Amino acid sequence: MKIDFTVNGKPHTVDVAPDTPLLWVLREHLELTGTKFGCGRALCGACTVHVDGQAVRSCAYPIEYAQASQVQTIEGLESDRIGEAVVNAWIDLDVVQCGWCQPGQCMSAAALLKANQSPDREAVDASMSGNLCRCGTYSRIRQAVDLAAKNLREGAE
Amino acid sequence: MKTVFRVVSASLVLGGGFTVLSCVAESGDPGDDAPSPNWTSVDRDTPQVGDPFATVARVLRHPRCLNCHPSGDVPKVGDDRRLHAMGVRRGDHNFGMPAMHCNACHRSANQEAAQVPGAPHWQLAPRSMGWEGLDDHDLAETLKDRSKNGDRSLEDLLHHVSEDPLVLWGWDPGVGRSPPPISHAQFVKAFRHWIDSGAASPAPGTTSY
Amino acid sequence: MSGAKPQPASKISRREMLESLIGGSGLVLALAYGRPLRAAVVKQSESLATDFVPNAFLRISPAGEVTVIAKHDEMGQGIHTGLAIAICEELEQDPRQVTVIPAPADPAYGNSAYQVQVTGGSTSSWSSLEQMQQAGAVAREMLVAAAAARWGVDTSACEARDGAVHEKSGSRQLSYGELAVDASRQPVPEDVVLRERKDFRRIGKPTPRVDSADKVRGIAKFSLDQRVPDMLTAMVVRCPFFGGTLKRYDVSRAEAFPGVKAVVRVPTGIAVVAEGYWPAFRARELVEAEWDAGAGGSLDTGELRKLYHEKAKQPGMVARNDGDAIQALSNAELTVEATYELPFQAHAPMEPLSCMVILKEDGGAKIITGSQMLGADHPAVAARLGVDPSRVEFQNSLLGGGFGRRANPQSDFTIEAVEVALAAKSLGRPIKTVWNREDDLHGGWYRPMYLNAIKAGIDNGKIVAWHHRVVGQSIAKGTPFEPLMVQDGVDQLSVEGVADMPHGIPNLTVELHTISLPVPVLWWRSVGHSHTAFAKESFLDECAHAMGKDPYQVRRELLQGHPRLLRVLDLAADKAGWSKAPAPGVGRGISVHESFKGFAAHVVEASVENGRPRVHRVVVAIDCGLVVNPDQVVSQMEGAANFALSATLGSKISFSQGRVEQSNFHDFSIVRMNEAPDIEVHIVASDDEMGGIGEVGVPGVASATCSALFEASGRRIRRLPVEDQLA
Repeated sequence: MKIDFTVNGKPHTVDVAPDTPLLWVLREHLELTGTKFGCGRALCGACTVHVDGQAVRSCAYPIEYAQASQVQTIEGLESDRIGEAVVNAWIDLDVVQCGWCQPGQCMSAAALLKANQSPDREAVDASMSGNLCRCGTYSRIRQAVDLAAKNLREGAE
Repeated sequence: MKTVFRVVSASLVLGGGFTVLSCVAESGDPGDDAPSPNWTSVDRDTPQVGDPFATVARVLRHPRCLNCHPSGDVPKVGDDRRLHAMGVRRGDHNFGMPAMHCNACHRSANQEAAQVPGAPHWQLAPRSMGWEGLDDHDLAETLKDRSKNGDRSLEDLLHHVSEDPLVLWGWDPGVGRSPPPISHAQFVKAFRHWIDSGAASPAPGTTSY
Repeated sequence: MSGAKPQPASKISRREMLESLIGGSGLVLALAYGRPLRAAVVKQSESLATDFVPNAFLRISPAGEVTVIAKHDEMGQGIHTGLAIAICEELEQDPRQVTVIPAPADPAYGNSAYQVQVTGGSTSSWSSLEQMQQAGAVAREMLVAAAAARWGVDTSACEARDGAVHEKSGSRQLSYGELAVDASRQPVPEDVVLRERKDFRRIGKPTPRVDSADKVRGIAKFSLDQRVPDMLTAMVVRCPFFGGTLKRYDVSRAEAFPGVKAVVRVPTGIAVVAEGYWPAFRARELVEAEWDAGAGGSLDTGELRKLYHEKAKQPGMVARNDGDAIQALSNAELTVEATYELPFQAHAPMEPLSCMVILKEDGGAKIITGSQMLGADHPAVAARLGVDPSRVEFQNSLLGGGFGRRANPQSDFTIEAVEVALAAKSLGRPIKTVWNREDDLHGGWYRPMYLNAIKAGIDNGKIVAWHHRVVGQSIAKGTPFEPLMVQDGVDQLSVEGVADMPHGIPNLTVELHTISLPVPVLWWRSVGHSHTAFAKESFLDECAHAMGKDPYQVRRELLQGHPRLLRVLDLAADKAGWSKAPAPGVGRGISVHESFKGFAAHVVEASVENGRPRVHRVVVAIDCGLVVNPDQVVSQMEGAANFALSATLGSKISFSQGRVEQSNFHDFSIVRMNEAPDIEVHIVASDDEMGGIGEVGVPGVASATCSALFEASGRRIRRLPVEDQLA
């Protein structure tokens, strides 16, 4: 099945089985390996990308649904100020350990901050619970979301 | 598709959308002390007798319906009605939290490989339509209450249970999920029968499974 | 890996140990020791002739790029940064300005604690700190000598600082890049003087991780991200029963699936080789395989628990015997007894396993993977291919989590990938064998299931007798590590943490029953300590309760004469506010445990909400001696707490009718953001011997959590995970 869609602002056409998850199209056809595979069942969030502005689990997102859509991955996250703030906060606080889950964490954090510029602890916890981290970096993820939110608020003033 | 979107926006705006059928699955939610019924034991061929609402109630209490009509803020999944994993929450629009909206995982159709169920406008019923813990009387009252049901008349409700794709999903729930105890056609028929017989609320204290 | 007691209290000399390792196993575990630094320069495939390569750990290009070749594998613990800091301390270079790459397979990168190229046992920092400092110092001396020669002055007139050599009395300076070519011609100094600890400029100072930015941006390459032209992806249908065999199979539907290149038989099952993950995955579902369940077919967790309990009633192999515990127990005023159970536990690193094999015409291969133990994988692959190890090249990657799973002395997933490549050799293409989460959780190599049965005798408010029986599988048995780790029939990994408990108890017996099961087992972050600390510390809590004493004070009394344990215990209690009552409904638990030469104490605050455990706060005090990068010590303690909480609260591997009951993260339940507690870490400023970090934060969490839940609910958890036991 031929699919035309846009990834990080660049148009792409792929011809793959319609049930092929967006994850594998990104990783194998477009060689964008920043989007990670962790469970294949939308249970861990490592594969989170944005489709038309919505955070989705790309491992459970058949490519047929991506027809004519705008996809943003970690490789393109810094193209807007929220994404940039998230990535910078993650680096500033050395959130990563093994790092495998972190692109997905950043994609979720950016989706959260787009909807809520001042999330409290409960909102952060409830919005980030779909992203597993086996290394257990949760404390720093919370701090980084707070830092990104603070920097965005201050930058907007 | 247009119809579908109208339904979504209506429910979001009115805060009273009516979504009968549900999501994916934990027991022990506060306020849900109903026993776990054995769904497979229901005899689908026996004509329903007694209160006209009882058959409707049996369907509405099936996990396919009740899982996404929780009285709290966490959907349930599975025939054993486990709390939805991942800390999924209702969110402001019955559509999950930011970054964890229902459509982060649920598409408009079931996905067999990922074992994620899906149907158009997959979402939670509003809190006003939380049915857990209600007896047949309160369930019927809630259904009919236009301040709770998205300002729907009885005919609107019938139309909804007859045609809404999310309702229909309940009878095509994918591998590992049982459908309600009677067919969709029988359900619609029972619903119509209840309305035609005056849409009375059963006496308090009865809970039909 | 871990747990292998680095240079244990065994009487075996290192020579004997190495001989037994080599002789006993057939594995050639190559040695790095005793080589002069110059000889340790290995072929660095990416280095150019013009690069300055003073030793195996460092190279500097004429453009000034400083590259550290990391002997330890980066799996999240921050060791790439730690190694860079140690080198830069002496090199006089900003560690933020260096690139760190994984080492190839070569004896030069052997772990100094094990003489094998392996990252594990929480040994990386302490075992290689001085070696890295030396590597940096040697390079610095050669750069200084090159500058002195260029300027025609004595080396004493020059000093190295911030990536350049400066003339002390003048304004001349030359960058390391400018000196790289000349420095290569300088003789390697025989001796270098290392900076004293009090003069450290970089070691011990907070340094940002070298890998943060690339990992966050998705640029960093892990094993699963590695791609080569023309590559194929393989997935293997494995037997659902451990020890089972393939009876009958039909691959016709899989072979016909679009994108499938070959379906081949391998020792572990049937491999589907296809153009990418998705066709391999979809076609694998079409393979019809019938298995003879074999020995594993009857595995059942309920039955195993009965077996373990039965074993615990009988005397086992003695791992330690002080005084006469049985006599003292029979004379004691008060006896306490309890049994603690822990399930099989999967490592479940977030990055699923993968290994790419590129077969070469000379019979050798290039392997691209993510391994914690190239020292085993390299000779194993060479042996399987029947070639000299020099024909097998390993390109290691960043590891998306390890926790021990990628340090398999039996090289399971590496060898399987080689088998796939050999079986599909006719395709003539590189093949990456990929596991998904289901494969990972079903695939074995778990932390063993354990039972600890303990009896204590108490006289006059003091524990006078302790009789402890451990039941579980041996990790080391049957591996090249057996001679090192199994002593007098006792696998030290099964009893570590209790056979060496330092508590002042005059009559103490520890026994071990080693169970044989068809389940493949492996070290899991903190190894034996992961179960013994739970049992020991939980039981101390029960004893304290039986005596009506404060569990903190009971530990203080028993640990007199052990200042490092006391210090962390006091610090954790103080920071947690132990002397003040916790909030209403909240319980509090405390633990203190030594492992991997590190000392950690935990105070956990928890409550029970709607029948579910909720952990609010974890206070950790850690003493690991000299700290290389304080923020990464904090990070490891934070991560260890959440890692341990997952196994405490929700995750397990169980069996029913021979099959593993868990399959993915919906039923292998690990802590999520909404369950993650606040964690406070306090590092003891310590001049004592340097120790480990990576695993040290794990052992004490489970018992402190369960003690807190007991205080909150009155219900004692003696079987992990807690799951719904409080409902």
